[in-house]
Amino acid sequence: MNKILILFAHPALHKSRVNIRLTEAIKWLNGITFNDLYENYPDFYIDIKKEQRLLTEHDVVVWHHPFYWYSCPALLKEWIDLVLEHNFAYGREGKALVGKKILSVISTGGAAEVYSETGKNRFPISQFLIPFRQTAGLCGMEYLPPFVVHGSHLLTPPEIEHYAAQYTLLIKGLRDGLFTTQQIEHAVYLNELV
Amino acid sequence: MYGYDIFSQALIYLLATVISVPLARKLGLGSVLGYLLAGVLIGPFALGLVGRQSPEVIHFAEFGVVLLLFIIGLELEPSLLWKMRRYVFGLGGLQVATTTVVIGLAAWLFGFKPHQSVAIGLILSLSSTAIVLQTLSEKGLLKNLAGRYSFSVLLFQDLLVIPILALLPVLASFNDTPVAGTLIKRPGQVAHVADMTAWIQLLVIVGVMTGIYFAGRFIARHIFRYVAESGIRELFTATALLMVIGIALAMEKVGLSPALGTFIAGVVLAENEYRHELETTVIPFKGLLLGLFFITVGASINLSLLFEKLATITGFVTLLILIKLTILYFLGKTFGLKFGRETLFAFALSQAGEFGFILVTFSNQNQIFNFQTTELMLIVISLSMAFTPLMLILFEKQIEPYYIKKRDREVPDDIKDQDHSVIIAGFGRFGLVVGRLLIANGFKVTILDSNPANVAVLRKYGFKLYYGDVTRPEMLEAAGAAQARLIILSMAEYDEAVKIAASIQKKYPNLKIAARTRDIYHTFQFYNLGIHMVQRESFNSALELGAKALHYLGFTRYQAYRASRTFKHHEEAVLAELYQHWQEDESRIIREARLFSEELDDIMQAEHRFSIHETDYAWDITSIRKEAKEDL
Repeated sequence: MNKILILFAHPALHKSRVNIRLTEAIKWLNGITFNDLYENYPDFYIDIKKEQRLLTEHDVVVWHHPFYWYSCPALLKEWIDLVLEHNFAYGREGKALVGKKILSVISTGGAAEVYSETGKNRFPISQFLIPFRQTAGLCGMEYLPPFVVHGSHLLTPPEIEHYAAQYTLLIKGLRDGLFTTQQIEHAVYLNELV
Repeated sequence: MYGYDIFSQALIYLLATVISVPLARKLGLGSVLGYLLAGVLIGPFALGLVGRQSPEVIHFAEFGVVLLLFIIGLELEPSLLWKMRRYVFGLGGLQVATTTVVIGLAAWLFGFKPHQSVAIGLILSLSSTAIVLQTLSEKGLLKNLAGRYSFSVLLFQDLLVIPILALLPVLASFNDTPVAGTLIKRPGQVAHVADMTAWIQLLVIVGVMTGIYFAGRFIARHIFRYVAESGIRELFTATALLMVIGIALAMEKVGLSPALGTFIAGVVLAENEYRHELETTVIPFKGLLLGLFFITVGASINLSLLFEKLATITGFVTLLILIKLTILYFLGKTFGLKFGRETLFAFALSQAGEFGFILVTFSNQNQIFNFQTTELMLIVISLSMAFTPLMLILFEKQIEPYYIKKRDREVPDDIKDQDHSVIIAGFGRFGLVVGRLLIANGFKVTILDSNPANVAVLRKYGFKLYYGDVTRPEMLEAAGAAQARLIILSMAEYDEAVKIAASIQKKYPNLKIAARTRDIYHTFQFYNLGIHMVQRESFNSALELGAKALHYLGFTRYQAYRASRTFKHHEEAVLAELYQHWQEDESRIIREARLFSEELDDIMQAEHRFSIHETDYAWDITSIRKEAKEDL
C-alpha cells in the first residue's frame, strides 16, 4: 500500500465550491495524510523540517490547488522554494525524493476546449504544467499526468459530486497500486483511469 | 416593641425560606412552590407563626412583582415589544373576553346573579404575572415562543386591572340591596383616579408616561454615570431602588398599576449602557420580595375552610383550570403555536392571578360578593396559583417528551434561535483592538467594562458597551454567558481573570474562553485550566518594534520581518518546554509570584537549548555555488 501525501493550497476555502468537496471526499481515507498548507501556515512561515520529514515518509505526493494564473497559489510556490532544499531534494547529495511519484490535482475556470492551440488559452494544460513536471524531474521524482476539473465556475452540484467520486477512486487506486504503468503513461488526464 | 416585631417576623420569613426553598428545588418543584409551601406552613392555619397578613406586608411584598416587571422590561428589546403588539391586544383581548364569558356563564349556572357572574368572570380571567414569569424564567422558557405569548397576555391583563377596578362599582349598582353610601376606597389604588374627571386623568397619565420616557432616555444616563464614578457600589444600588420606588409611587398616584409603570421604565432603560449593572443590582431585591409575596399567598390559604368544603373547593379549582386551559389551548393554536408550545402556553396561564386578591376584596367592599363568596374566591384563586408550578412540572415530565419525539420527526432544529454573540470583558487598550476586529468582521459583541469614563467615551462612537464589574458572576449571567459562543477576558486584572476563567468553566462548561495574559507564568495558569487561546499582551508588539529596529540596523524590510517571524515561532517552542518544566516543578505555586528577572533567567536558559534553525536556507545559495565550482 502506498502512502499518499496531499499538499493542499487554497487561500479562500470558505468561498470554494469545488475544492471543498474534493478535499472532503478524500481527507479521511486510510493511508492519506492531508496537509492543508494555508491552514497550517497562515503567516507563510513554513516548518521546513516538518515538511521534509512528511515527504520522506510518503510514496506519492499530490499538489492539489486551484489553477491561479496558469500556476499555483503563492503559498505552494513558497513551499516549493523553501522545502525542496539543495542537498535534500536535489544536488549531489539530495536524493531524499528519488523514485517517489508526484502529480498535480487542479481545478480551472476555463473549459477543456479553452486549453488547446485553437482555444483562448492557446496551450494545453500539460504545457502550463511544465515547471511542475521539471521540478519533480530535478528531484528524481516521477511526474504523473494531472487530475483536472475543468469549467469549475459553472459546475452543478451533481457534477461536482461526480468529480469528488472520481477523485476518491483515483486516490484509492494510487494507494492500492491498481493502475499499470502503461495505463498511466497513455493518459492525458488521470480522470480517464477512473 | 415595634423593632423587635419586625425582626422576629423577618426571622420567621427568612427561616421558612431558607429551609423550604432549597428543599423544593432539590425535589424538582421549583422555588415558587417552595415559597408557597413555606407560606402555608408558617401561616395562621398551620403553625400559626405569622398571623393574617397586615395590608402593609402584602403591599410591601407586591413590590416584588413591580421589580420583576422592571427587570423584564430591561431584558426586553423595544423592537420586540412593538412586534408583540398583535399578541398583547389580539391574543390578550380574546383570552380575557372569551374566559370572562365562559366563566361568567358557569357562575350564572351555579346560581350567581348576572352582575356577580360578570365580576367573577372578569376577575378569574386574569392570570398570575408573578408566578408565571418567575416559573418560566427559572426554567429558561421566557424566550421560548410560548413564553413570549404568555408574557403578551399577562401584559394585557395588567393593563386591564385599572378599568376593571373602575367597572366594579358600576356592577355594584345592580345590587338588589342599595349600595351603602360611599364606597370604601383602598388606599392608593383607585381613590385618586375616581376623584378626577376623565380628561384631566388622561392628561396626568400621559404626562407621567412622557416624564418617565424622557427621564429614562436622556437624564438617567448622566445620573448613573455620576453615581458610578463615585466608585461606591451601594450608592448605585440606592439610586436604582430610588428610581424604581419613585416610579412605582408616581404610577400609584395617577392610578396606574405600578408594575406597568416600572415595566415601561425598564423598556426605556434597556438601551442604557448601565442596563446590566442595573439588572444585577435589582435582581436580589426582586428575588427576596417576590419570595415574600409568594409566602403571603401561601399563608393566606384558609386551610380550615379548605378541609370544611373540600369537595366544593377542589371542584371549583378543577373547573376553573379546565376552562382556562381549554380556551388558552385553542387560542394558542389559532395564533400559530405548534409542537406542544400551545400546550405549554395553556398550562402556564391556567391559574387565576394575584390581582384577583385585590379585585375580590374590592368587590366585597362594594357589596357585590358576600363574605362566603369572597372567602371562597380567595381560596380558589390561591389554590389555582399554587397548582401552576405543579402543572408545569407535569408538562415537562409527561407531555413535553411526547412532543419532542414528534417534533424531531417533523422539523430540523431551529438554529436561528441560538445566540451567536461574543462577550468581551475589559475594554481598555487591549480589549478595544480585539473588539474592533470582531465588530469590523460582523460579529455580535457584548462588551463589559468597569471604568465609567471609558464607557461614556466609547458609547459616543456607537459601541454597545455596558458598565459593570465583571468579577461579579451575576454580571456574566446578565451579559448572556449562557448563550454566548466565546468570552474574551481582556481585562488588566490578571489574577482575577484566572479566577473568573475557572468559575466560568464550572458554570458554563460550553462557553469557550480566550484570555489576555501578562507573562509566561500567567499564561501557564491558563494552560493548567486547559485554556490555550491566550496571548501575552506585550509580546507581539515588542516583536514588531524589534523588526523595525532590525530594519534600521541594515536588514531589508522582508529580512527583518522574516527574522521576527522566526523568533516568534522559536519562542513558542521555548514556551512549550518551559511549561513542561513548570508543571514538574513542585514549588511552582511560590514561583507564580516571582520577579521578572527570574522569568528572564528561565527563558534565557531554555533559549540556549535551542539553536535558531536557518529556516530560509533554500534562499541561501552558498552550497549550490560550492557545488557549481567543484563541477567546473
